[in-house]
Amino acid sequence: MCRLFALTSRDPVSPMRAVDALNVMKEGHDGSGVGLFLSGLGGPWEELKEYPILSGIFTDAGLARMSEYMTRNGFQSKYSATFKPDVEPPVGTPKRGTYASIAFRIPDEWKGMTQAQVDSNLVQMRLDLRAMGEEKGDIMVFSFWPDTIMIKEVGDPLTIAGYLRLDREELYARHILAQGRQNTNYAINLYACHPFFLEGISTMTNGENTAFVPIREYLTSRGVTGYRGYQSDSEVFTHIAHYTTKRLGLDIRAYKHIITPMNDDEMRDHPDREFLADLKRSCRKLIIDGPNCVIGCLPDGSMFMAQDRKKFRPGVVGGNPELGIYGFSSEICGLNAAIPERDKTKDFQPMHLDTAIVGPDCREVQQCSQNDPLRLQL
Amino acid sequence: MLAERPVTPSTLSRKDLPWQIKWDINTCTKCGRCTSVCPVNAIELGVFRKRDVKPPMGLSAKPTAEFSTFYGIRQRTDPAYACIGCAMCNMVCPNNAIEPTRQYDSTTLQFQSNRGGQPRTRGGRRNNAESLLDQIKFIRISMLTDPALDAGRHEFDVRTLLGRVLSPEAEITCHRDHGWKPPVREIYPLVIGGMSFGALSPNMWEGLQMGVAYLNEEMNMPVRICTGEGGCPPRLLRSRFLKYVILQIASGYFGWDEIIHAIPEMKEDPCAIEIKYGQGAKPGDGGLLMWYKVNKLIAAIRGVPAGVSLPSPPTHQTKYSIEEAVAKMIQSMSMAWGFRVPVYPKISASSTSLAVLNNLVRNPYAAGLALDGEDGGTGAAYNVSMNHMGHPIASNLRDCYKALCVAGAQNEIPLIAGGGIGKHGNLAANAAALIMLGASMVQIGKYVMQAGAGCLGSEKDRCNVCNIGVCPKGITSQDPRLYRRLDPEKVAERVVDFYLSFDTELRKVIAPLGRSTSLPVGMSDALGISDKDAAERLDIKYVI
Repeated sequence: MCRLFALTSRDPVSPMRAVDALNVMKEGHDGSGVGLFLSGLGGPWEELKEYPILSGIFTDAGLARMSEYMTRNGFQSKYSATFKPDVEPPVGTPKRGTYASIAFRIPDEWKGMTQAQVDSNLVQMRLDLRAMGEEKGDIMVFSFWPDTIMIKEVGDPLTIAGYLRLDREELYARHILAQGRQNTNYAINLYACHPFFLEGISTMTNGENTAFVPIREYLTSRGVTGYRGYQSDSEVFTHIAHYTTKRLGLDIRAYKHIITPMNDDEMRDHPDREFLADLKRSCRKLIIDGPNCVIGCLPDGSMFMAQDRKKFRPGVVGGNPELGIYGFSSEICGLNAAIPERDKTKDFQPMHLDTAIVGPDCREVQQCSQNDPLRLQL
Repeated sequence: MLAERPVTPSTLSRKDLPWQIKWDINTCTKCGRCTSVCPVNAIELGVFRKRDVKPPMGLSAKPTAEFSTFYGIRQRTDPAYACIGCAMCNMVCPNNAIEPTRQYDSTTLQFQSNRGGQPRTRGGRRNNAESLLDQIKFIRISMLTDPALDAGRHEFDVRTLLGRVLSPEAEITCHRDHGWKPPVREIYPLVIGGMSFGALSPNMWEGLQMGVAYLNEEMNMPVRICTGEGGCPPRLLRSRFLKYVILQIASGYFGWDEIIHAIPEMKEDPCAIEIKYGQGAKPGDGGLLMWYKVNKLIAAIRGVPAGVSLPSPPTHQTKYSIEEAVAKMIQSMSMAWGFRVPVYPKISASSTSLAVLNNLVRNPYAAGLALDGEDGGTGAAYNVSMNHMGHPIASNLRDCYKALCVAGAQNEIPLIAGGGIGKHGNLAANAAALIMLGASMVQIGKYVMQAGAGCLGSEKDRCNVCNIGVCPKGITSQDPRLYRRLDPEKVAERVVDFYLSFDTELRKVIAPLGRSTSLPVGMSDALGISDKDAAERLDIKYVI
């Protein structure tokens, strides 16, 4: 079972805090990989919130091909935080080249576009670069989005953190998703490594998604550019969150009604019963049939955790409102390690009807139950 | 054989018959029950003469011959009366003195059974023992690190949707604007397919309806039954049980007067309306209710004279094309019930399935598509139709489901698959395989008769006389002397029994795959088959 740890904080913190938590949670068989999603970036990125950041791994040739592609599309590099390890990689980790996060200036021709067009074009460029890389194996791109950095590598999280020097100040962020261990159910592939990302939405999961194929088929038939790839059975969770919030215009409280709708008995006395029954029917193909724990981050910096009723060992959310820091952890020991200075009696373990949400202000854990009225934004 | 007995091209010996009667003179009590119960008069009482030579002691006296007569059972060798292997004779014999046995090397009857220029027609099975569905294995066993599902103890939601489901975007718009929502029924995924009141005996029908009502009202399983063509008893139309019934309208429109006239008095809407365009077992043939089965009751319900054969034309004669027919019929049937009842067509699985489906996807009133594969059917059809016509269900269903995936409508138009499900008794496994290939639900007919009422028919050309009204178990006969053999209460009990066991078995299939809260429609990654070509065709894993 993958170890998950997410941090959301008012002030930027080092991703090492999350990696250390992963290390505490680690069990003997863990440590096959690490993935990091960072947003609300601090340090040098504070001034670059508007500029999309390309995160990925490049060989020298790949770097050149990527630069040429970006230039051809009118993008100019504004700032880059690249890292090329000068030591031998740890055992089991391939030598890949440069780990880069590069902020680009959007071309003037894009200025007249709507936000939706810009977003869609950024996704398309990421997919183009990914396709270019898959041809020759010289480019891997995990995200291309403002205020977002993603890092993925195979190996033990703490060892990789040392190897890639993840304690660098340029990686300080307010919202961090970190996952230890590679994808279990499908072939080992960096793209299969959690967290997954699309248009500002990132999620990571532990569990097994047995409904993967029908959900994948359904999502790919929705006609959304970014719904592709699917190297891991859990990648669909990100896209369902994207579909719920961006395509259906519902907020994240409705997410759980889509992936794990209530059964008839539970729904019987619900004030929004009619809408929920219709939503369950029309989104029937997106029911996940877990067990899964999903932790995710939204474009506004809100972070959430939800799990289905088959998940007998739920995750935990806890933090300190005065310090403005909250953690989402798959094991309590990870939370203890990362945020020891918190009121542990206020820790919240969301059960099968709950979604735990911490807003960007990091003041409290909102506990949403599926039994609550939905207060829909229709 | 007597020396003077004529030997003609159609003369058969007992050896030439596929089913042979073994009769034991020593245990037979000569009660005559076997001959009276034989539905095809294959056996008759016989008088046998026996010569017994008595050689005396000594050399001088000559031997004498004594003649005796005795009574016994004689099997007729006239092809028209060939034994069908139903074994009713054995069932009524107090001493098990008689039974039919199958002789597999006898093929001669095949050349003789079509007489007078008439090819053989039969009711029942396709007589093809192969089943692709039985070859499919479920291979994606879930290695959950959290609590594993347990088919016996976990909470399951084994229900499916019949009716057009709006896309999530359309659903939200519709909710916001208070628009019209197509009717959707949440039902059990195993539907009793169309077998008409006319084809089945009144006792069988009553038994099925009682079983379905019990499953709904006592067992909380929303099982539905389709009427088939031929109308519906007036009392049922006006009862609250109509909500468990899918009314079928077919090309002969038999019984539809009755149904339309009952609409103002209906207490409940029917579950759905099925428009039959084709049947998998006799594609291109119309249904045929032979005159033997058109008694007064059937004639009254269908609004026809008694004692005449009732052929349904193969297509709806008033229609111009399948596209037009589908659109118009769906529209008018929906309108008849105020757009509160799902209406869907049923077609033979065929090369035009995709075209029909394409029309349905674009029709906002279409509630689904039933595909009927070649292995279904109990009605009368020519041998050649039943054995050589039609499309197997698995590949046709798969094509349709994949077409829906391309159109992004796979949750919107449910596919109902039928034909050959549970042919060898593996009902749950076959149904689960079809669901994972993309069916939202499956329908069965033959299995209901076999498991629910003890139908004797098999895929080895056993019995298969459903069409001529002599059903030895009284399932498909309209003759009271035959159908009173069938106790409706017992049929209902058996129907409930096999539904409950299906439910357990289905859970045993889907639980290890990690599914419980939604039916695994389209979960094709769980399927494997050891036939490379089949794997490629169905786009499932090839496993050996």
